[in-house]
Amino acid sequence: MEIGAAKMIGAGMATFALLGVGLALGNIFSTLISSIARNPSAKNDLFPIGLLGFALTESIALLAFIVAMLILFSH
Amino acid sequence: MSMDPLHQFKIKPFLPLHIGGYDVSFTNASFFMVLTTLTICLFIHFATRNKRLIPSRLQVSVESLFHFIADMITTYVGKEGGKFFPYVLSLFLFILFGNLIGLIPYAFTFTSHIIITFSLAFFVFLGITVAGFIKHGTHFFRVFYPSGIPIYVAPLLIPVEIISYLSRPVSLSVRLFANMVAGHVMLKIFASFAVLLAGTAFIPAAILPTLLNVAITGFELLVAILQAYVFTILTCIYLNDALNLH
Repeated sequence: MEIGAAKMIGAGMATFALLGVGLALGNIFSTLISSIARNPSAKNDLFPIGLLGFALTESIALLAFIVAMLILFSH
Repeated sequence: MSMDPLHQFKIKPFLPLHIGGYDVSFTNASFFMVLTTLTICLFIHFATRNKRLIPSRLQVSVESLFHFIADMITTYVGKEGGKFFPYVLSLFLFILFGNLIGLIPYAFTFTSHIIITFSLAFFVFLGITVAGFIKHGTHFFRVFYPSGIPIYVAPLLIPVEIISYLSRPVSLSVRLFANMVAGHVMLKIFASFAVLLAGTAFIPAAILPTLLNVAITGFELLVAILQAYVFTILTCIYLNDALNLH
């Protein structure tokens, strides 16, 4: 197989990691929304923690992006 | 005018300078770091020039940034975190203004280089470890043994804790770097779509990637502020771990 084609396939396969990240993000925000619905006055306490969870989970998605970039653009 | 999405991250020397075989040129990254620092200093200086008890709007913005970080430190670190307030505030403002200035068209985002974010994260890690050793001495190694776990789990848990402790600078730096690179690559790719579509016969189609770019720039504003916030809040959490061993 040509190296260029193998790089494209590898970069495409690296995006499989986004499956887990999508599930995790949905989980975080669904829990956030239902806990705010149970206790609306806790909104100001819970929201920063929700944002922190979002950013930490997003970092895994970006690790997958970095792997795809490394596969595509290294010589 | 290269349409390669990674060309925007190239470091260009403005003033070539070599000292003893080391390349210490003044590059576009250095220029934007100096610009960020000057922007922060001038912003704070002019906002608090005529300090009034009932603050003007500009003074409120600086005070709210100040209190945001002060509240974060008192919530997450406690009373002894007060010593670290200047460092955490400088870190937050530097990353925040660096990310925001990078969103200006044709500007350079210095936080999109792993060496710069790794330097920031490495010194956070080093400073927190040294602060922990100064406060606790050799007792600092207790941070790897969370309280309240049975003794037989310890041989399994302690290597895991050590590895996760050592991976902190890596995760801090890669999170910021990858978010900035991903955002700017996305902007560049959609902009190149607009240019390519404008070269075809159906020119009005080029408006669609441009509108998408407007939406993505809005999202990137959120990401810039959020990433500065997350870097700072993780610094406070790690500081709390080191100063108050679990």
